Amino acid sequence: MFKVDALGKACPLPVIETRKALKEHDTVTTLVDNKIATQNLEKMAKQLGYVYQMQEDSPTHYTVVITKGAVEPEQTVETEQTVNAGHKADDEYIVVINSDKMGIGEEKLGKNLMKTFIYTLTEQDVLPQRIIFYNGGVPIVTEGSESLADLKNLAAKGVEIYACGACLNFYGLTAKVAVGEITNMYRIVEMMRSAYRIVKP
Amino acid sequence: MEQLVVCGGCNAKIGAGNLGKLLEGLPKLNSDKLLVGFDSSDDSAVIKLSDTLAIIQTVDFFPTMVTDPYLFGKIAAANALSDVYAMGGMVLSALNIVAFPEQNDLSILREILQGGAEKVQEAGGILSGGHSIHDRTVKYGLAVTGTVHPAQILRNDTCHEGDHLILTKPLGVSIITIGYSAGEISRESFIKATDSMQTLNKYAMDIIRNYPVTSCTDVTGFGLAGHLHEMLHGVYSAHIDTKKLPYFAEAYEGAKKFILTAGGQRNRNYLENKIDFQIDDFGLEEIIFDPQTSGGLLVTVPEVKVETLMKDLHNNHIPAADFGTIVPKENKEITIY
Repeated sequence: MFKVDALGKACPLPVIETRKALKEHDTVTTLVDNKIATQNLEKMAKQLGYVYQMQEDSPTHYTVVITKGAVEPEQTVETEQTVNAGHKADDEYIVVINSDKMGIGEEKLGKNLMKTFIYTLTEQDVLPQRIIFYNGGVPIVTEGSESLADLKNLAAKGVEIYACGACLNFYGLTAKVAVGEITNMYRIVEMMRSAYRIVKP
Repeated sequence: MEQLVVCGGCNAKIGAGNLGKLLEGLPKLNSDKLLVGFDSSDDSAVIKLSDTLAIIQTVDFFPTMVTDPYLFGKIAAANALSDVYAMGGMVLSALNIVAFPEQNDLSILREILQGGAEKVQEAGGILSGGHSIHDRTVKYGLAVTGTVHPAQILRNDTCHEGDHLILTKPLGVSIITIGYSAGEISRESFIKATDSMQTLNKYAMDIIRNYPVTSCTDVTGFGLAGHLHEMLHGVYSAHIDTKKLPYFAEAYEGAKKFILTAGGQRNRNYLENKIDFQIDDFGLEEIIFDPQTSGGLLVTVPEVKVETLMKDLHNNHIPAADFGTIVPKENKEITIY
């Protein structure tokens, strides 16, 4: 459960901060020090169709718990891949590619699907913040890859592209990297851990 | 330039419900010279000096609602001067009321007083001193004296059935100024709202006083709902057409993004059960309860005069709107459709 400590903060800050937290969490607990602030939180919850609960701990300490209702449309946007949120916009995502094939099945089909997947990324309304390649995915960023033009196109639009240095080394491809940056496991873990949403083909 | 911390404007006003109860128990000196006083919830006290002259006394001050001290001075002064115009009067003189932290840079105070002095001068009033104290937070306002002919006093509780309601400034300035401080409203919208707040109601009253308006008040801390409630004084009801209601579009958008103020909620608590919302529009509800700092004049006008008055106001660039009517008392005091 996510907590917003709005003690000592005047309206509308408790409401604005709670609203932001609700974009990333299904349940948010907000602490406020006055009754008017609880009423404003209640108004917001009602407008959004969320469940509102309030407990008066003392005349200067109130605990409000707002939970997204089952019918609330925003909730359906959330996916199970939602990792630790931080403070991110709700349409942010990163892409992780760990193979040169998409899905399990016939190799030729898998490679075609991956090529189409990367092309389709270029067509999205919201581009990924970054694409991370490791293990069987690293050949896609090297010379001779059929996706190079699409990746360069994405990079030109501000998408960060990273490839695992140890993986490139293992496959003997380090000298052939044609797009993006070489990175290490420390950075890969950090980027995945702090991502709002991870998309994996 | 050092800036002020934002914490108030008319949003800081004590809730109407609390205040009425508290005043009931206080001693009152009845005098036939007191033409308007405690008995009504009017904007100022009016004391008769002779058959042709009465003085209007009013005081208004509050904490900062914008960070720019000069702008704060202008808005606080325009707001304080407004109570004289709401009674149909002219400004005669004003005194500063100042609370200022001991450790703060005095150049900030100078900017505030500069803004205030310019507005008093624009109103044609004499600014002749004041009173300053040290306090933990900045507060500024004016005690204002105005004059009016006793027969031309515009009270807030003398409307008639069938009158139209006219408001001379758009609503929503608290949502905008507070939302701007919270980083949720654009600077362009903020400037629009503060331009309106620093505009003297003198210009609207200079026109309105030439018409047989039946009552007048200014819309401030209790919001449109609160000041209209005082106007109806338990005798009449009102119908409001939200399609004609004047408000800043940015305030409406802000309310829908949940820029919810404490003052707005206090007004809602006090008045919600008196209002029949026939529209399902949360943004408009918030606009109707939004506390106004230096809001417009709310006047009731006989229907036959509405068209010419509106034309006159618009010709003089006053963004007035004819948005409602006074009706016989109904179950709910205010119907909003």
